[in-house]
Amino acid sequence: MECQECHERPATLHFTKVVNGSKTEVHVCGQCAKEKGYVSYDEEAYSLHDLLSGLFNFDSTSLTGQKNTPSHTTKQLKCEKCGMTYQEFTQVGKFGCSECYHTFSDKLDPIFRRVHSGNTTHDGKIPKRIGTNIHQKHLVKELKNKLQQLITEENFEEAAKVRDEIRSVEKDLNQDQGGEGED
Amino acid sequence: MSLEQFINEAISPWMKEEGPDSDIVMSSRIRLARNFERLPFPIIAEKEDLQEVLNLFDTEYHHRTYKNYHDLEFVRMSDLQPVEKRVLVEKHLISPHLADKSVQGGVLISKSEQVSVMVNEEDHIRVQLYFPGFQLDKALDQAFEIDDWLEDKINFAFDESKGYLTSCPTNVGTGLRASVMMHLPALALTQKINRMIPAISQLGLVVRGIYGEGSEAVGNIFQISNQVTLGRSEYDIIEDLKSVVQKLVEQERKARRLLVEQSELQLEDRIFRSYGVLERSRIIESKETAKCLSDVRLGIDVGYIDNISKTILSELMVLTQPGFLQQYAGKSLTPQERDIFRASLIRERLILEK
Ligand SMILES: [Zn+2]
Ligand SMILES: [Zn+2]
Repeated sequence: MECQECHERPATLHFTKVVNGSKTEVHVCGQCAKEKGYVSYDEEAYSLHDLLSGLFNFDSTSLTGQKNTPSHTTKQLKCEKCGMTYQEFTQVGKFGCSECYHTFSDKLDPIFRRVHSGNTTHDGKIPKRIGTNIHQKHLVKELKNKLQQLITEENFEEAAKVRDEIRSVEKDLNQDQGGEGED
Repeated sequence: MSLEQFINEAISPWMKEEGPDSDIVMSSRIRLARNFERLPFPIIAEKEDLQEVLNLFDTEYHHRTYKNYHDLEFVRMSDLQPVEKRVLVEKHLISPHLADKSVQGGVLISKSEQVSVMVNEEDHIRVQLYFPGFQLDKALDQAFEIDDWLEDKINFAFDESKGYLTSCPTNVGTGLRASVMMHLPALALTQKINRMIPAISQLGLVVRGIYGEGSEAVGNIFQISNQVTLGRSEYDIIEDLKSVVQKLVEQERKARRLLVEQSELQLEDRIFRSYGVLERSRIIESKETAKCLSDVRLGIDVGYIDNISKTILSELMVLTQPGFLQQYAGKSLTPQERDIFRASLIRERLILEK
């Protein structure tokens, strides 16, 4: 097959591109891939083919015991927010939206482990606003445990105080969330 | 326009400064990938969604100043000529993907060109910071400040367990790509680098040539960057990279010393031949340019050449790329014309040193 850009050299890179939800096949030579920006000469270039090509085969093999035949349930997985299916994700190697991470979550950890030296959980910066939410959620959890404890101990006076505390933290939390999503 | 004036406008102000270890480390870069929580990622988003992102950058960040990043300017890709985009790519301010493939792409650039924020590339936001020499800590601290500043107005896609959510699974977590551009002529000349690369890869870091194709490092310029973005903190990622870069700096210095001691006249001959080629040739292609520039820069660093400024390598590596040549020529050039034009630009540039 000849390269669709220069029509001179043979096409060595084959992939599927998704633009606004519609897919197109791309067949280009290495040089055009670089020149036309299909593969950037920025650091992303190393990854996609080398790193992801074996990756998804690995995933489906481990699930079904058969190479390249995703199970029936795998085929049905579809992100409600952006419409991307798990199958499309494995072809493109990219997520369509943040919700995809939740929709495909059962299948992702083997992929993350392969790409990120065995890691599956974030350990780094947390956004300031969401960050305080996380702290508050943890606080609510702790207080609820304490409340249960106090109730079983029949210490209702203390329990009432803790309950008020939970309410005030939850109120803050809701206000934060209400404020979000605006911008 | 005179060449001097053209160079002044063409070379990013931060590139003219020297940083720590800048005899070997040309620049340090931090990149953070971020996305809007509410909107689909650019590869699949509707035009209106992406326009919303562009409009936000236009109204909130265009012509603003944040700390020492003055007069940020926001430009839409659709407002640029192909050659203007090409020039931004050659200055590493935008990616080829943003220039050619993105729908509704844009970029926010600080006056110093130290900060560039790519908009609607593979992710909605990619913050990039450049520092001269070996300055990863400083670059990360300032990248975090800009990240916080953007977060005042934008809800980022973030998950408690997976961190910052990105379009490609290779960026999830920190969204951080830290990289260092290094000039390693002595390790390349003695073939030592080939034996070191596999060991470095074992540590989850990637070594690659930045100019040229495939694994070839044109001009002996290598880029070392982290691959893992999930499960390690930004500071840990940077510490790993720093310790490898430190080792490479030591090894390169050692190899340079040995080369000078052991090569008798051969090294000096090679360096002055390259200098001669740059000063005299009438036709020169980009690969030979890179080789000669690398030799001359090595000659400056080991003391054979003392009348040329150190920035010559990074400066001419950028200026002799096709986009810049054509911008300076003021017209499009065939590859043959470019080789002629490149040779004359280099000759003129070296005359400025005298
Ligand atoms: Zn081609
Ligand atoms: Zn989705």
